[in-house]
Amino acid sequence: MKAISVEAGLLLAGILFMLGLISVLVRRNIIFMLISVEIMLNAAGLAFIVAGSKWIQPDGQVMFIFILTMAAAEVSVGLALILQIYHQLKTLDSDAANKMNG
Amino acid sequence: MKELLWLIPTLPFLGALILIAFSSRLSKSVSAVIGSGSIGLGALITLLVGYDFLSSGLPSYRYVAWNWFEVGDLSTAFAFHLDALSLVFLFVITFIGFLIHIYSVGYMHDDEGFTRFFAYLNLFVCSMLILVLADNLVLMYLGWEGVGLCSYLLIGFWYEEEKNGYAARKAFIITRVGDTAMAIGLFMLFMSFGTLNIQEILTQAPQTWAVGSQMAVVAAFLLLGGAVGKSAQLPLQAWLPDAMAGPSPVSALIHAATMVTAGVYLIARMHVIYELAPVAQLWVGIIGAATLTIAGFSALTQFDLKRVLAYSTISQIGYMFLALGIGAWSAGIFHFMIHAFFKALLFLAAGAVIMALHHEQDMFKMGGLKKKMPIIYLTFLIGAASLAALPLITGGFYSKDQILWLTWAGEKGNIMFFLAALLGAFITSIYTFRMVFLTFFGEEKTHISHMPGKSMTIPLVILAALSTLAGFIELPHTFGHVTIFSDLLTPVLPEITLREGVESSEWIIQLVAAVVALSGVYIAYYFYVKRTELRPGIKSAVRDTYQFFHYGWGFDTLYNTVFVRPFVFIATINKNDVVDKFYTGLVLVAEFFNRVFVKTQSGILRWYIMGIVIGAILILALSLIVNP
Amino acid sequence: METTFYIAAAIAVLATIMVITRYNIVHALLYLVVSFLAIAVVFYILGAPFIAALEVIVYAGAIVVLIIFVIMMLNLKKESVEQEEKWITKKVWVGPAILCSILLVELIYILTTADGTVLGAKQVDSKAVGMSLYGPYVIGVELCGLLLMAGIVGAYHLGRQKKKVVHRFLEKAEE
Repeated sequence: MKAISVEAGLLLAGILFMLGLISVLVRRNIIFMLISVEIMLNAAGLAFIVAGSKWIQPDGQVMFIFILTMAAAEVSVGLALILQIYHQLKTLDSDAANKMNG
Repeated sequence: MKELLWLIPTLPFLGALILIAFSSRLSKSVSAVIGSGSIGLGALITLLVGYDFLSSGLPSYRYVAWNWFEVGDLSTAFAFHLDALSLVFLFVITFIGFLIHIYSVGYMHDDEGFTRFFAYLNLFVCSMLILVLADNLVLMYLGWEGVGLCSYLLIGFWYEEEKNGYAARKAFIITRVGDTAMAIGLFMLFMSFGTLNIQEILTQAPQTWAVGSQMAVVAAFLLLGGAVGKSAQLPLQAWLPDAMAGPSPVSALIHAATMVTAGVYLIARMHVIYELAPVAQLWVGIIGAATLTIAGFSALTQFDLKRVLAYSTISQIGYMFLALGIGAWSAGIFHFMIHAFFKALLFLAAGAVIMALHHEQDMFKMGGLKKKMPIIYLTFLIGAASLAALPLITGGFYSKDQILWLTWAGEKGNIMFFLAALLGAFITSIYTFRMVFLTFFGEEKTHISHMPGKSMTIPLVILAALSTLAGFIELPHTFGHVTIFSDLLTPVLPEITLREGVESSEWIIQLVAAVVALSGVYIAYYFYVKRTELRPGIKSAVRDTYQFFHYGWGFDTLYNTVFVRPFVFIATINKNDVVDKFYTGLVLVAEFFNRVFVKTQSGILRWYIMGIVIGAILILALSLIVNP
Repeated sequence: METTFYIAAAIAVLATIMVITRYNIVHALLYLVVSFLAIAVVFYILGAPFIAALEVIVYAGAIVVLIIFVIMMLNLKKESVEQEEKWITKKVWVGPAILCSILLVELIYILTTADGTVLGAKQVDSKAVGMSLYGPYVIGVELCGLLLMAGIVGAYHLGRQKKKVVHRFLEKAEE
């Protein structure tokens, strides 16, 4: 059985990360931006698991758990904020929240 | 006892601090006590320190307060150096200062700036004491600048009147020119000797410099520039007559007895350098001689009582410079001491007269005060007699005559100096007694509003006694050759050597001087008391000369045309301030970049994320380039 | 084994591409779930079964569901889909695509200059993970607890909608 190389795993992580990044830059809707950030976080976690698998140690998985926790907290707080923005600005356009300019 | 030396300048300093800090909450009597008390205590301590010092027989005493600063090779300490020369000055400053403070209590009694006045006076006395006690030239420069500052503050004391402010500024600026010359002189001295400690310079100078060497001449001339500014000699004398805008105690203390003699002190202290630079010493004498004649002629034509005294001060300091110029060091210092007594007396008495006549300063509007103000009249007369050097009974005779004799008989004496001094003595006598006769004789033109109180008259009496009796400590050969004063100064100042074979003719010179003084009195009497009707005719005949002398030989106009007008012209051209444009230009550039960069902060989230991505790309690229 | 990996990887990438190009939010979220499931398979292949389970339960099962609930709360109408269409024009893709492709190229360059170790040779099961978590990384666990606490409190507080008190005469005009 031919095994998977590290580069393939990291390449997958990289590609997923790039896709998430493009989405963050392109989208104007705040919720889509949040989803794209989730994609990026997931890709970063994948990279950690790949590393842990390379060294056959649980450290990579531990790190992924931390990332997971952080993503959960971030999503809950972020969604609360999105609700507030929608309530104030009546729109989900991220460009509408540009009062801190100049 | 000698250790109390440091208290002498510190007490007035503390007095000034307290008066400034608590000026609003102190009553007038408390301020008077603090102000006069600090100087009074200083005078007392001077006596104790002086007695202890003289009885110990040491040539000098050094007290180091603390190490001030060390920069590179220069190590300056806040140290006081006491020897006979500084002791004489200490004595004069503290005693006359104390008497003037007592006088000011009466003179400034109705003034609302009473506390401020005493604060400034105390600060002045402190600075002057630091100046004369200074162990090194840096500390002396501190005192030098301090007296200049206090002179400015006190001349412009009644600052609400504009002309007082102008007079104060004029004094400060003109003396500043001298101060700059002195500072450059200090730099040159440091360059040559590596230290600014006065005693070290004086001992090293003869070894480092030959007589007449260029560096010595340059340094001596620069120090002379500083002395000329502070002592109001040619060409920087124009500020002193205008400085009479200050109150009379100020004129007495600063512009008669102490600050203007700082230049004399400087030259006497650095006498070694002047001995190494005969050219410079000659010029000290020339400046002295020229100043004393010019100021004498100007004094003859003034009608403001205080201006006569101001020009007289310039003239008498010219005598001191003349004495220093011919090498008669102790004679110059002796004349300084006697002059301090009688000039302070004259100024204080003039102040009493002016105050009694409700601020009337024109002599031609005074008169007939002889019977109304007898004490003032008598003290003024004693002071005037001393100034005119009336023979035998006045201190001024002994001091001025010594200078006159030494210009004739001294080794560096010169017939021109002698004639100038003699002419000066003649004119001094004339204008002095012109002043006396106009003010006190004749009919009363202005009535007295109120008589001066005891606090003003008692100092006058004391000073009158001093100006008469103090002369007897130095009598010439013909009168018993008492040399207490010059013996006192021998460890510090060198003795003058006389030409050969002239000692026996001293009495001739004294006779000539006495005749000159008395004839001056008679001429003043003739024209101002006996045949006053001759005056208008003479005045119209010499009108132009009279105006020329009156305006101080045109120096003010000269400086106005040469310095003031071009400066004002350039300042007016530069009204929009070219240099400032550079700084506003910098501001404009900053604002331009601000406008450009503000556009990157649009508040739009995606732009910021784009920025992060671009940054990440750049950093990755950089790290790849650095180590691929 | 590796074919599974490549298929799962391909599904993950394709699903992600679908996520970022949809106009309808809910469609995008559903594709996101597919992507996460595919990643979970990849995790299993790489020898991390515990994490694969966690990915499904927490990421796909909790976080995405949370987002769906919030979207339902927002009560978005048809206009939002049209709005998305308006916003996501072809022109918008150019800049980010260039930047990200440069980044990807850099990343690939870095990756290819490395050694070729083999992945997935041995499974690291949950016991080992547990012992590592509560052993050397116990501080991280505590911090995660703190973080979650902060997240809960923050989400509660920030999500509250206070009723605006308006005078009854102005209520009609406020609407």
